[in-house]
Amino acid sequence: MSARHESILNHARSRYFWVALALSLASIVAYVWHAPDVGPNGGTWLGYTLGTIAALLIVWLMLFGVRKRSYSGAGGTLRGWLSAHVYLGTSLILIALLHCGFQFGWNLHTFCLVLMLVVIFSGFFGVYSYLRYPTLMTRNRESATRAAMLEEIGELDQNALALADGIDPKIHAIVLRSIQNTRLGGGVFSQLSARDDSDAALASVRAAIAARETQAKATTNPQSGQTIFAMVDFLASGANDRQTEALRKLIDLLSQKKAIATRVARDIQYQAVMEIWLYVHVPLSFGLLAALIGHVVSVFFYW
Amino acid sequence: MTDRFRIAIVGSGPGGLSAAARAAERGESHVLLEAEPHLSNTIYRYQKGKFVMDEPGILPLRSPVPFKAGSRETILGAWDEAAARLKINVRHGHEVSAIAKRPDGLFELKCANGKVVEAQFVVLGIGLQGNIRKLGVPGEDLPFVQYQLDDPDEYEGETIVVVGAGDAAIENAIALAKQNNVVIVNRRDEFARAKKGNEAGILKAIEDGLIECYYNAGPERVDALSVGRKKGRMILATANGKAQILIDRVIARLGATAPRGFVEACGVEFPSKDPASVPAISPQYESNVKGLYIVGALGGYPLIKQAMNQGYEVIEYIRGEKVEPADEPLLKAKFAPMPGFRSVDEALARVQKNVRLLSHITPLQLREFMLDSDVRTPKSGETVFARNDYTNSFYSIVDGEVQVVVDAATDQRITLRRGEFFGEMGLISGRRRSATVIAGAGCVLVETPRRSMNRLINSVAAVKREIDQVFILRAIQSRFVPEADAAQLADVVASATLQKFAAGDVLFNEGEVGDCLHLVRVGSLTISRNIGGKEVVLSYVPAGNYVGEMALLGDSKRSATARASIATETVRLTGESFKKLVARMPVLKLRLQAEYRQRAAANLAMQALPSGGDVIQFLLSQGAGEATDILLIDESLCVRCDNCEKACAETHGGTSRLDREAGPTYASVHVPTSCRHCEHPHCMKDCPPDAIRRAPNGEVYIADNCIGCGNCERNCPYGVIHMASKPPKKPGLLSWLLLGLGPGPGEAPVDPKKKKEAKEKKAVKCDMCKDVGGGPACVRACPTGAAIRISPEEFPAYAQSRR
Ligand SMILES: Cc1cc2nc3c(=O)[nH]c(=O)nc-3n(C[C@H](O)[C@H](O)[C@H](O)COP(=O)(O)OP(=O)(O)OC[C@H]3O[C@@H](n4cnc5c(N)ncnc54)[C@H](O)[C@@H]3O)c2cc1C
Ligand code: HEM
Ligand code: SF4
Ligand code: SF4
Repeated sequence: MSARHESILNHARSRYFWVALALSLASIVAYVWHAPDVGPNGGTWLGYTLGTIAALLIVWLMLFGVRKRSYSGAGGTLRGWLSAHVYLGTSLILIALLHCGFQFGWNLHTFCLVLMLVVIFSGFFGVYSYLRYPTLMTRNRESATRAAMLEEIGELDQNALALADGIDPKIHAIVLRSIQNTRLGGGVFSQLSARDDSDAALASVRAAIAARETQAKATTNPQSGQTIFAMVDFLASGANDRQTEALRKLIDLLSQKKAIATRVARDIQYQAVMEIWLYVHVPLSFGLLAALIGHVVSVFFYW
Repeated sequence: MTDRFRIAIVGSGPGGLSAAARAAERGESHVLLEAEPHLSNTIYRYQKGKFVMDEPGILPLRSPVPFKAGSRETILGAWDEAAARLKINVRHGHEVSAIAKRPDGLFELKCANGKVVEAQFVVLGIGLQGNIRKLGVPGEDLPFVQYQLDDPDEYEGETIVVVGAGDAAIENAIALAKQNNVVIVNRRDEFARAKKGNEAGILKAIEDGLIECYYNAGPERVDALSVGRKKGRMILATANGKAQILIDRVIARLGATAPRGFVEACGVEFPSKDPASVPAISPQYESNVKGLYIVGALGGYPLIKQAMNQGYEVIEYIRGEKVEPADEPLLKAKFAPMPGFRSVDEALARVQKNVRLLSHITPLQLREFMLDSDVRTPKSGETVFARNDYTNSFYSIVDGEVQVVVDAATDQRITLRRGEFFGEMGLISGRRRSATVIAGAGCVLVETPRRSMNRLINSVAAVKREIDQVFILRAIQSRFVPEADAAQLADVVASATLQKFAAGDVLFNEGEVGDCLHLVRVGSLTISRNIGGKEVVLSYVPAGNYVGEMALLGDSKRSATARASIATETVRLTGESFKKLVARMPVLKLRLQAEYRQRAAANLAMQALPSGGDVIQFLLSQGAGEATDILLIDESLCVRCDNCEKACAETHGGTSRLDREAGPTYASVHVPTSCRHCEHPHCMKDCPPDAIRRAPNGEVYIADNCIGCGNCERNCPYGVIHMASKPPKKPGLLSWLLLGLGPGPGEAPVDPKKKKEAKEKKAVKCDMCKDVGGGPACVRACPTGAAIRISPEEFPAYAQSRR
């Protein structure tokens, strides 16, 4: 363990980048040098070799999911695994293309290739989000935890209600409605945090969509905008002085709450982005494994 | 009217109760005086349903009162039953407030309720819990004024005044505020006495209006009301005059008065001012006051079974019987491997005769010391401990000799012989062993764990003095001139002094004229320079290193400021004697210069990156200076997948010992709530069975003999210890993956027996996965490399790597 933070890209001085590069270069050299009479394809000895390498790589890339969940025992750091996963996974594009000799068609083989590319490109998105969103998330949070922010929203709501109660039943109703319309709190939060990620992808996709919906609601929440407008109206219409003071406070509270709610919504969104791509990446990688088996079997069948 | 008895027993804890039971069984005239309306207040006050453990398991119980591990209720029930069956003469509500020996030799025990009891012998078994401090104002004993809170959820919709500003008061107030209207009364204008987290919590609750706070205020009176909706009212004296609060309940958490004052007033002497010291008592438990005996926790035996055995034995001793102490078989087993062993008494005498350090202590102290210690008889050539092991026990050489490898490169060795000791460096500095020790011929060693040794050092001044002297000599020798012998160093050692610094204290300032050198013995320092009007930390100096040599050798001005980053103790060498030493030993000068060049280069690198110092400053302000290994999360890499917590839970019975999210962040460096494996772990302080240990690699862990008392949870300033019960087994990964059996990775296992029976709860904390292999699971499981564990020595390099 070294005394520094390294990202997956520069793990161990980007060791796996060099491994992947060497593998790619070797494949290219072999491909150019090989030049069979029939034109390069999967059926030549080099085609078989590259195909075997690619298939083994895919199986190994899948094993990342197993490693991620075996917490005890040796086997290196997960960071090392992921670094290798990313670089070797990327080199797979080239190896697979060289394996098929750039021959495509409307068949299982090409389907297999496309599936693989989708998995890989979703992986690219994952790496992008892993590099970008954590910092945004920290900045957005301003060192509060999400639970603390939700708690604060709850308190602000209570205070606002209590304040509104002393002003006017109409205002109370407006505030109450705006509180009921903020669908941030318990629901989404508990869905996302108490989510069982071993569960099928479905539940979480639903959660993530819900999260985005809430986000949309909270940023452009027409309700809370309306609340503030309604009160400004009320202010302008000249209620009595004590109430004016209370209303000013109420507006402060509500805008404060809106700011935090927006932050929570963004927080949920960032986290959702960092998770949602996995719901493409992982199921499709299982699909890929199935397609790969089909591909291999069919090749031998036609033989 | 005064009553007269032969034996008066004060306090009905396990010690006192067992003594009274034995006295009753033997038909002695006796009385058991207990302040509370029930027996054994300490155990009575345990949490409801607490599982009480009967450590140490190997010690046999010797008492007419039964005691087996079980729930608090079963044990208290069995004791009540035994007290009735044996017809113990117990008087409740008798808090003894003074014990005086009259000229006629009889003791006179005055009770707070006015009763007076006379007795020929007194057995004091009042434990260490002390007396709960009451409000001290009229109405303090009203039924709705309470001094303890078992279950905050029991109350709802009440107006409750919490009096106090410590952790207990704050925790109660916050817990009660969920369902009640809470007012907290603080005598001062801040909550600085509490842990950081609690302080922040209460200030926030006050700011949010959840809790109302009266600062600089104190209760003046509590009255019961017969009309109205509230049970009573409290009159407060505040800075702005009087205030009245209508209340349902008062919860006062004002701490307890340590029993020491009372005990001293009885004439019993304590060997030192240190709060950890216990009164010196004879092997028969008799104090310096003839006829006054001390048993149980007050005498330094903090476990129930020990207290009960002593209660039994003390009655036998008073009756003039000879009993073999219950721990005799344990000692016999300990001494058995010692060559030429015949009897325990003889072996004890041999230890005391051979080891001068132990000649300062009483026979009972020696017995206790040996009970905690182990006798080791390593073969010649065997390694006792290796350099860089992180053990902290202390060794005394009873026979034979050992060799200390002071310089591994040249295999230079020093021989220590019978009567000498070693291991004091690791014990005092809280750091890794500085040298390897190899057993010589006919070696018999006594290995003593850190806690017992510290207790001895703190209670016997002569022991402390002797160890300190040897420490200074060996520290100078090993750090500067391994080739010199004791005689050559005599004058440097003679002029050396020990100096203490509080966190933040300055040892010397940049620009001052230097006249001394400091060798850090406990704690650590930071070296900083004023750059552009701002203090920039350049390096971190852990225990075992020195500062201030350069001003003595070359330019006489200090080139930087040295500041204690935590409570620190140094060996201060005067400039004069050090210069003489350098003059006498030319190699030393070369050595110092070589080291200086390295330091200067490192400082220069830091100076080039002044913002790096801010990261160090931030970490030190989080108490990282006393850490040996701290978990840091880079929030610009952390994707919040919580795989670290899952990994921890998965490798540690379903509960994560780490809270990733909680904790401060600075410049994306996040310090999560997780154990730092402190140099001098606060959690070890008051652990009755001494269950918290340090493993050779430095991990602070909790052994199985934990009794779940929760002291460590309270003592850790970083809030990383929890009380948890043992989880049931989980199915393996494969059966979950393939068959969907049971809870998945990272999830808590379901407990079919949940809540049906009293389960033993024990303290759990991070053990750095010492038993898992491959390093801490949290770090290994982080997919993006956001989680790392580092030691403070690495802070400068770490700070440089982050720009
Ligand atoms: C939370 C907690 C959990 C623990 N769990 C365990 C465990 O599982 N197993 C274990 O072995 N140990 C455990 N211990 C330690 C154990 O409780 C003590 O070691 C033991 O109670 C000490 O017994 P004692 O007889 O010395 O004194 P105590 O049990 O402290 O009894 C002292 C008694 O004296 C009374 N008293 C005090 N002053 C006066 C006075 N002036 N006049 C009259 N009466 C007075 C008190 O009311 C009290 O009843 C635990 C301790 C704590 C705090
Ligand atoms: C065919 C190729 C690939 C396959 C079969 C594959 C498969 C997998 C699998 C099974 C996981 C485990 C996810 C989990 O269990 O949570 C995973 C995670 C991941 N993969 Fe891939 N992958 C492939 C290519 C790539 C590529 C090319 C990249 C990036 C460039 C990539 C980036 C990632 C990342 C960032 C993770 C998430 C790590 C985490 O947070 O746990 N993958 N992949
Ligand atoms: S539990 Fe707390 S006191 Fe003990 S070593 Fe860990 S951080 Fe330090
Ligand atoms: S480990 Fe903690 S809970 Fe357990 S006995 Fe020690 S101090 Fe008490």
